[in-house]
Amino acid sequence: MTEVRETPLPGVGLRYDFTTRSGDRLGVLVHHGGRRSLLVYSAEDPDACRATVDLDTEDAITLAELLGAAHIGQSLAAMQQEVQGLAIDWLTVAPSSPAVGRSLAELAVHTRTGVSVVAVLRGSETLPAPGADTRLEAGDTIVGVGTAEGMQRLYGLLESG
Amino acid sequence: MSLAAAAPGPGTLVELGLVFLGLGILARFAGRVALSPIPFYLLAGLVIGSGRVPDLRLSEEFITTAAEIGVLLLLFALGLEYSGEELGVALRSQVPAGVLDAASNFTPGLLAGLALGWSALSAVLLGGITYISSSGVISKLLADLGRLGNRETPVVLGILVIEDLAMAMYLPVVSVLLLGEDLEDATVAVVVALAAVLVFLAAAIRYGERASALLHSRSDEVLLLMTLGLVLLVGGAAIRLQVSAAVGAFLLGIALAGPARDRVAELVEPLRTLFAATFFLFFGLQIDAADLVPVLGVAALLAVVTSVTKVAVGWWAAARAGIAERGRARAGTVLIARGEFSIVIAGLATGAAGVHPDLASTAAAYVLCTALAGALVTRFADPLAERLVLGGRPPRTGGTRRTVT
Repeated sequence: MTEVRETPLPGVGLRYDFTTRSGDRLGVLVHHGGRRSLLVYSAEDPDACRATVDLDTEDAITLAELLGAAHIGQSLAAMQQEVQGLAIDWLTVAPSSPAVGRSLAELAVHTRTGVSVVAVLRGSETLPAPGADTRLEAGDTIVGVGTAEGMQRLYGLLESG
Repeated sequence: MSLAAAAPGPGTLVELGLVFLGLGILARFAGRVALSPIPFYLLAGLVIGSGRVPDLRLSEEFITTAAEIGVLLLLFALGLEYSGEELGVALRSQVPAGVLDAASNFTPGLLAGLALGWSALSAVLLGGITYISSSGVISKLLADLGRLGNRETPVVLGILVIEDLAMAMYLPVVSVLLLGEDLEDATVAVVVALAAVLVFLAAAIRYGERASALLHSRSDEVLLLMTLGLVLLVGGAAIRLQVSAAVGAFLLGIALAGPARDRVAELVEPLRTLFAATFFLFFGLQIDAADLVPVLGVAALLAVVTSVTKVAVGWWAAARAGIAERGRARAGTVLIARGEFSIVIAGLATGAAGVHPDLASTAAAYVLCTALAGALVTRFADPLAERLVLGGRPPRTGGTRRTVT
């Protein structure tokens, strides 16, 4: 986790800033009224801002959603905490996988790994709750629910049959 | 119908209408040229006050009262800006800079007053006028120039917080001295006033949150009316206790905390703008522009000296915080601007016995110089720093372009 520094600005609000992996410095200024400013620091004068973008509450939410990877990660983490020991994972079927062309029943996925396949993602299509006769194709993504060890076994099964 | 008899005639309304319209046009012009409107309000007062324009005879009473409310609201809003916690943070980190600031900016005014042969009290007042930067002008400059996120900004704001706390001590002392009592009575009164301020501050930090909860209301109307009533009441009570009304309002602002604080700040702002503008106009009105000419030299000299000392303070404080040369120059130059509080100090003293008659005009000329010069100089802080300190070394890439928001 990147280290975020917090600096109080008397009469203005709170400033948070951090350095990105590529070395740029970014910050967010939270004004007392709740308004936010996005700060981009200048490379040649690290004390000054190259750009300041003012965001009202709605703008800030929009931006946070656009940058939402962390958001999804967080809600998943929350889900895993809710059901102790439960793992949800996305596994891709490689073209070289011996599983290509075989059905879930033939692979005996549930018997061998304990993982329930809740969906298969194929291109832009989603096959929710696939039946035992669903045949896997190269490039499919399997969404499985089970234990962490079960996920490992499913991974091995897809790799080497 | 006694009410109808007391109601203002159409002449008064027309006069007031013209006054506010005029102030509005000035504020718009100031915005165009990206300067604080305060010096323009002062100038307007000066021009009207010297009889070039027909006198404001009809609305005089209203303007006098409005100006008094203006001072209270200026100080109240200032107190509102800082929570007890923020005061603590600023005190912990910026005390050395605050002490240097007070020493190097109070002294020039004090010495100038004594050199001019003014009374000790007048010299102390002039010291206060040269000491305190304008947090109004400066916070607007920081926002306009896109510097709120800059790393030197916490240093600048910390110095301003300490100045404001110093004002909370300074104002009650001078208001006691202005009463013109003999030394023994004055000493007792000063001690009582300072003790009252300290006790109130401590109580505010401790119990502010709970007391503010009583005031808080979902209705903006209730909140606004109750707050305004409290500000005026506390201001009046403070005068009774010989603490200046302005200090009472300032302390009340600090005492407000919690959810009520942010909302009150928003609600009071338009009122403050209105009454504070009236106050600056009123202050200008009391000065004859002809009185300005003889003090202009002294005011300009003081402005130059105290600009240099402010830059030095900002530079040193920023350097302590590990800021590079350009940031130090920005921190120093932005502190130059004096404004509302210098005028508040001079306004307190106007007409009091033992105060030199030139004090008000000197303060006006001085604020005009520093408010305008400060706003201009800090805009060019970056090239200035490069020329003076970095030896004309060009920036590595592109130049520091700032997006003004």
